[in-house]
Amino acid sequence: MSATLTVVQAGPALSIQDFGRTGYRAQGLTKGGAADPIALHEGAALLRQPAGAAIEMVGAGGTFTSDTDLRIALTGAAMTANIDGAAIIWNASHLLPAGAKLTIGGATGGTYGYLHIGGGLATPELMGSRSSHLSAGLGAALKTGDTLAIGPDKGSDTGMALPRDNRFDGGTVHVVESMQTGHFSVETRDRFTQTTFKRDPRANRQGVRMDSDGEGFFSDGQLSIVSEVIVQGDIQITGDGAPFVLMCESQTTGGYPRIATVLPADLPRVAQAPTGAAIRFEFVSLDKAIAIEQRAAADLKALPGKRYPLVRNPAEMRDLLAYQLIGGAVSANANPFEEES
Amino acid sequence: MTDWPQIRRVGLSGILITFAEAMTEPANRAALALRAAVEGADWPEVTETSTSLVSTFLQVNLALTPAEEMTERLNDLLSSRDWYKADLPPGRTLWHIPTVYGTDLAPQLEEAAEVAGVDPDEAIRQISEARVRVLTIGFAPGQPYLGELSETWNIPRQQTLSKSVPAGALIIAIRQLVLFTNASPTGWRHIGQTAFRTFRPESEEAFALSPGDELCFPAINTAELEKIRSNDQSGDGGASREVLA
Repeated sequence: MSATLTVVQAGPALSIQDFGRTGYRAQGLTKGGAADPIALHEGAALLRQPAGAAIEMVGAGGTFTSDTDLRIALTGAAMTANIDGAAIIWNASHLLPAGAKLTIGGATGGTYGYLHIGGGLATPELMGSRSSHLSAGLGAALKTGDTLAIGPDKGSDTGMALPRDNRFDGGTVHVVESMQTGHFSVETRDRFTQTTFKRDPRANRQGVRMDSDGEGFFSDGQLSIVSEVIVQGDIQITGDGAPFVLMCESQTTGGYPRIATVLPADLPRVAQAPTGAAIRFEFVSLDKAIAIEQRAAADLKALPGKRYPLVRNPAEMRDLLAYQLIGGAVSANANPFEEES
Repeated sequence: MTDWPQIRRVGLSGILITFAEAMTEPANRAALALRAAVEGADWPEVTETSTSLVSTFLQVNLALTPAEEMTERLNDLLSSRDWYKADLPPGRTLWHIPTVYGTDLAPQLEEAAEVAGVDPDEAIRQISEARVRVLTIGFAPGQPYLGELSETWNIPRQQTLSKSVPAGALIIAIRQLVLFTNASPTGWRHIGQTAFRTFRPESEEAFALSPGDELCFPAINTAELEKIRSNDQSGDGGASREVLA
């Protein structure tokens, strides 16, 4: 019998996501997949397995259990988490013993958290992917009582962690000109890059709305544009003049003008920005954009080398006596994300 | 005509070739034909292609392939023939999809007819006898934009959105018809109802229609649609199809 993971209690928005489906744009279906693909690579690096499907958790997680010992990893937006009441560290791999309860609470930084399983999720593929594409009516959100098939796990180590980067707090997002950038006056484009936006609560896997206090960012001839292809990261200016960054589950075409396009490498920063986080857009040249993309690809490749053990194995520690061995214990009830007082 | 076609970069995600400023029949044909030619050329840098009403999109990772290199190749291809006079791609399908016009199932037929300036019977006659082509697919998976209808049907969208029209709805505006994939709000008027499913994710052929396919919507009554619904497992909704030479 193969292993399973059971959703004991589903949070508000759980779904299975991998890298999505390509090749269906002409037929009206965008790629979908994980809102933060970097987090999929981090999970793979932590569990030493190929990057693949994980459970994406928007804002909060849920409760999970398994019929066998499982290796798990938690990446993306940090959430409070414990196994049978013992707090566990985010951005790390852990052992989830058979029958134990993994409880994942609300996000403490960022928006999209990910639960990865050693051996990977082995749920059925639909059109070449395990991803649910909810806006297209493809697949479904996970619900309480769902039981998910798990693949055979070839790995064995747990208790490894990765350093966190700063993509969870908003900040500067790099953009390039897009096909309709020229429809906006130089003044409007300048004002766009000088404005500090706030991530609006209206945000999902289709798009993220950006708020600002000033007037809207209208193009010349705003309403007369023929419907054109949409790519992920396009910043569309809707009727009220507010920018909308189009995300992995957007429509395939749209008739609103696009003022710029977010670099693929910076899209996870847009996805993860919590409601209210400050975001600024900075135009970069094509050459600089290519350099940023290449650096991001190199960073993903380097992830496995950045792993470090949460607790070091005493047999591997040559300077054992220099360590204070008791002081580092973590209380079962303590919040690992807060400083001890 | 020297302004068109235009070649533009779409972020770092690809290249867009646009054949006209607004929807025209020749520009739509050109977009379809160019897509077919690019698919046929099988350029390794192009990972996906698609068309919208008057444009062809080539997905290319421009962080790996310089845009100029693609533009140069596209200019050669574009100058090789008159794309506006291109034939439609081969192997297309003609569908006959049974449709209930008006009644409670499609409550805006009369309103659409009035805006178009014809009486409802004449509206049904014109639309059920029209043969339209899939101009593009978009908004929702497998959802076709169909046209062009005669100038009579150059009617505007509604001022306010209809809250929701069901899957399989036939809706009309601006000389085009749309056959709905999923229940959705819309500014177009709901004039017909079919049992045709445009998106069938569980099936081998997930998308029933391709750009360039042609469709007719012969009129049936509600009892006939009811019967089709109770017998149909395929999603075809009683439609028949033939391959166009």
